[in-house]
Amino acid sequence: MARAPQTLFDKVWQRHEVCAESAATPAVLYVDLHLIHEVTSPQAFAVLRGRGLRVRRPERTLATMDHSTPTTTAQVFGGAPIAIDAAARQVRELEENCARFGIELLGLKSAQRGIVHVIGPELGLTQPGMTIVCGDSHTSTHGALGALAFGIGTTEVGHVLATQCLLQRRPRTFAVNVSGALAPGVTAKDLILAIIGRLGVSGGTEHVIEYRGNTIAALGMEERMTVCNMSIEAGARAGMIAPDETTFAYLAGRPRAPAGDAWERSLAAWRELPSDPGARFDREVSIEATEVEPMITYGTNPGMVMPIGGHIPQRPGDPVFARALEYMGLNAGEPIKDQPVNVVFIGSCTNARLSDLRTAAALLRGRRIARGLTLLVVPGSQQVKRAAEAEGLDRVFLDAGAEWRESGCSMCLGMNGDVVGRGQYAISTSNRNFEGRQGPGARTLLASPLTAAASAVRGRVTDPRELA
Amino acid sequence: MEPFKTLTSRTVVLPATNIDTDQIIPARFLTTTTRAGLGAHLFADWRYDSAGAPRSDFVLNQAHAAGCRVLVAGRNFGCGSSREHAPWALLDYGFRAVISTEIADIFRNNSLKNGLLPVVIDEATSAWLLAHAGAEVTLDVVSSTLTLPAGTRVPFPLEPFARHCLVEGVDELGFLLGRLGDIEAFERARCGRG
Repeated sequence: MARAPQTLFDKVWQRHEVCAESAATPAVLYVDLHLIHEVTSPQAFAVLRGRGLRVRRPERTLATMDHSTPTTTAQVFGGAPIAIDAAARQVRELEENCARFGIELLGLKSAQRGIVHVIGPELGLTQPGMTIVCGDSHTSTHGALGALAFGIGTTEVGHVLATQCLLQRRPRTFAVNVSGALAPGVTAKDLILAIIGRLGVSGGTEHVIEYRGNTIAALGMEERMTVCNMSIEAGARAGMIAPDETTFAYLAGRPRAPAGDAWERSLAAWRELPSDPGARFDREVSIEATEVEPMITYGTNPGMVMPIGGHIPQRPGDPVFARALEYMGLNAGEPIKDQPVNVVFIGSCTNARLSDLRTAAALLRGRRIARGLTLLVVPGSQQVKRAAEAEGLDRVFLDAGAEWRESGCSMCLGMNGDVVGRGQYAISTSNRNFEGRQGPGARTLLASPLTAAASAVRGRVTDPRELA
Repeated sequence: MEPFKTLTSRTVVLPATNIDTDQIIPARFLTTTTRAGLGAHLFADWRYDSAGAPRSDFVLNQAHAAGCRVLVAGRNFGCGSSREHAPWALLDYGFRAVISTEIADIFRNNSLKNGLLPVVIDEATSAWLLAHAGAEVTLDVVSSTLTLPAGTRVPFPLEPFARHCLVEGVDELGFLLGRLGDIEAFERARCGRG
């Protein structure tokens, strides 16, 4: 009998069902790869210790430190103590927990350390068809390689450590079909911001998105990661992209990717993963990529987003909207272009890979940032940092007047010493513009690395196409 | 966990939509290695001014909010980060339930695992609750119904296994550990497939 056409999600889900769901109980879902970090794991290890449990499959968990870990070279390599005591304690506790439970740790001084969602793909650990979880909502990033990857809470981190499984109800599927070529100066970041603007910040709730169409197929691997990374900002559990030749070329030769015969076998299995023709999704939308312009947020969630040349929307009688604009110190109906900015942050699991740094550096080459502005460039991993330095990108950033840091989450979430000051405006290549996200009172404008670099040069919100 | 079968409480209302977990507890309070004491930082940047003094215009700092165990919020409560510190902070502060027309996936999952009841209701009920702060409501976990002061009963969705865990006061880990035989069989079968 012919099998009903399946989506990419259906195939990955089915292959990881230890026990199917019933009316009374959720499915027991097997986890191939578990990534942990210093902030959302300590309480999970405490549960294991309290109940006398071991880590069942330690080889399927990899630890690194990124969230509360500092980014100054002095604190990472120079022997200076980690300035925030509580962060130092988290780093120490992760080291102790990994040693005690037999988990591999890419620790503070490791050449392979980095933001957890940057190093998974970079090492070749993230592979098509896998289930991947981490105590971090941006785990959706790994879906760019055709994995089912989603964020979990600390209790679930404990479940995976103890059993290598999670209890899950099957989410619904959502096809986001994107067609047409992105215009010059328009990046994957602009595309995903436009998609979030269209879906809204809860438009994907209870769904797993599959990004499809010729626009997505034409994106490079790192651009796809930027797109999948922000799936959670539309409320989706996960975002996925079908693996293809771009995916396979990216993975070939990476240190933890399969090699030799295993590579050939994996490749054959991966080619079976894309959604079958005629596969049905619970929801579908279509996006025309040719219409997307450089995008920037003006409010306090990623759905409050607009084309950079546009005017801030007006919503009379909406007190939540009014409060967001009041927090941002911006006025409805006015342009956002030329709004002065104090800080530009190029970093985070959204946009701190080598291609992002190359894009920003190409615009900054031979230019200086505006007087009084701070530009912080934080590579997504130590490997990205070294690769960028090998190309001389660090010199471009430093000559332009930027700070060049060790890898980490940095200013994306303001818990590691890198913060935006109260009332200051920051153009950030990260993923969240929530109130206080980058520090109490900080005002965040999310944009692409290209827009961030252009705005750093002018000291004002700038359409990067003007500096092309 | 304590069994959670029913709760009667007055409500506190936060009408804003899209209240994210960075508002519930800002990241700078996540440098802890325990889950205790996070209630002190609940809604920190809304509750306290830049000098650390309570803001009298914030609802949790007003006398009528004392002792309320049910939080009513605008649409899409708990969006953003996966930090379980958000339900931990709400519980540590004293809340046992959150009511909204929409509750973000990860926050909802995290809440259920800690005995914080996420209650998703229709627009009309939500509008009434948002307009009647301090109303005394009853939440019955077993029948998954919300009872309003006039006696109106409003059903809400509750995943059956999560309800079982709440009512019996058990956690999911015990269930998963009971499936280790299935998990091992799954691993052996996968190995066999190469």
